Amino acid sequence: MISGELLFEAVLFGVLLGCFYAAVSIGLSVSFGLLDVPHVAHPALMVFGSYCTYIVASYGIDPIVAGVLLMPVFFLLGIVVYRFYYETFEKRGTEAAVRGLAFFFGLAFIIEVGLILVFGVDQRTVEAAYIGASLELGEYRLPYRMLVAFGVALVLTATLTLYLSKTFTGRAIKAVAQDEPALRLMGANPVRIKQWAFGIATGVSALAGAMLIIVGPVEPAMDRLYIGRTFCVVVLAGLGSMTGTLAAGLILGIAESIVLMMFGASWAPAVAFGLLLIVLGIRPQGLFGR
Amino acid sequence: MKYWIGAVVLFLVALGLALSGVNEYFFYAAYIVLTFVVLATAWNILGGYAGYVNFGTGAFFGLGSYSAVVLFKALEAPLAVQIVAAALVGGALGFGVGMLTLRLRGIFFAIATVAILFICETLMVNWRYVGGATGLQLLRPEVIQPFASYTRMLFVVMALLAIIAVSVARYVQISWIGRGLRAIRDSEEAAECSGVPTLRLKLFACTVSGALMGAAGAPMPMYLSFIEPASSFSLNWGVSALAMPMIGGTAHWFGPVVGALLLGSIQQIVTVTISNEINVLVVGVLLVLFVVLAPDGVLGLFRKFFRK
Repeated sequence: MISGELLFEAVLFGVLLGCFYAAVSIGLSVSFGLLDVPHVAHPALMVFGSYCTYIVASYGIDPIVAGVLLMPVFFLLGIVVYRFYYETFEKRGTEAAVRGLAFFFGLAFIIEVGLILVFGVDQRTVEAAYIGASLELGEYRLPYRMLVAFGVALVLTATLTLYLSKTFTGRAIKAVAQDEPALRLMGANPVRIKQWAFGIATGVSALAGAMLIIVGPVEPAMDRLYIGRTFCVVVLAGLGSMTGTLAAGLILGIAESIVLMMFGASWAPAVAFGLLLIVLGIRPQGLFGR
Repeated sequence: MKYWIGAVVLFLVALGLALSGVNEYFFYAAYIVLTFVVLATAWNILGGYAGYVNFGTGAFFGLGSYSAVVLFKALEAPLAVQIVAAALVGGALGFGVGMLTLRLRGIFFAIATVAILFICETLMVNWRYVGGATGLQLLRPEVIQPFASYTRMLFVVMALLAIIAVSVARYVQISWIGRGLRAIRDSEEAAECSGVPTLRLKLFACTVSGALMGAAGAPMPMYLSFIEPASSFSLNWGVSALAMPMIGGTAHWFGPVVGALLLGSIQQIVTVTISNEINVLVVGVLLVLFVVLAPDGVLGLFRKFFRK
């Protein structure tokens, strides 16, 4: 029923897809994984990034460059969002946790409907030389857009891993994730560090949004599916582990690609959510938990 | 006692309205508002009292609808049987979700309910018998006398369901169960240490909440004469069921009712006068405004106002 060749092709495509999933999840890996912010609006912000990329790219700028140009803007946006979240919810402790969660859920819906009102429900795409063409390797065909996503994902993961382990601020972010009261005792201000880290996470999702629209057409309600994919990757990775995020992305990508080939596209959305549920039920600390 | 007299009077009013000559559209809109009363009240039993946020209201609601459709298609079962069956299915799913609370809290629990929602949707999309992704047209059976139309009858049925749901929520709130759930919300460890049977209470809250949501979904296919997975399992049910108690106030059984009547009516008006997209936006904006500015909802605002 399944030849080895088909399986190899599915795995190959799964690896590319998996790196893409890792790239779209890495922002959440910082904001939710390291900072414990219940950022359900992450996929919605990412789709918002896709639409911004769409606008910038319509001036004839390459979508990846557009994504990079948008990063500082999203960085500032992230700082504003975190500041607001901190002042209204986080500062008040666990009593406000339910409301914080509801806040991000509501935010996701506002972004989604806002996009529908401005752009309509139609799918949008961007133009670039590498979209549509494929690299022919013997009998296998690898679409260039997936290769681009693959490359950007690797660069992004490597940069963030290095940033978090080598630089002073990066280590401070890790410290805040490990023991916030201790950091306070050392005379550092955890809120400022978290604000910075949340900014980075949001900035990264601008680039992730650019990749989203490179890999395929984007529509406003897309964030709903990506709630499953991104949280699946981040939880499977073990909260806040960057290399774990890459590995978890690969697991999800390969699983989804194989299911896609064996059972058809209508089952594919269940893969991420099913995997997420299994991980949550059996091993909530993930594979590479901190 | 006062409560029960009020409940009976309200039901009789609903019945009287359905038999009177009021415009058909009123029942069409009021049915949806009443559905939201049930959903919001059911959500609040778990979300408001115990503090477990459920994003997956659509899973219970949709499964309720689909149970009703399966029974209708296979056995031509009457509406009452469909509703009971949908409540059982919703309750069973709720029990399963309750088992998840053993390990998961806060956002992890919330995300797990989203996962359940999408898995249920995918299952129904791939189930040929109920029409798959394209859905299924349904032929309404003959309306039972003395109702002039099917929508009027469904309106009365949903009014009854709403009253049952609110009565259950009220009972849970004023009995020891509610005190136990509030203890869980404030600190699960402390509750456990003080001898509150946390697991049993959580399972109870999840099951009851799920059963009510399932029951609320059962008459929906008949109301629309149609069923399809995307709208049955929409995340929109989840955001509304969460927003309404938050807007009304989660501490008291009356909060979700106020929220559902308020937001549900606004939604109906907006859907007719402006557009369907805006009504989701209204829910989102009001939700965010209330959680930021008025954490105790409309009821909290009233209390503050009268104390001054």
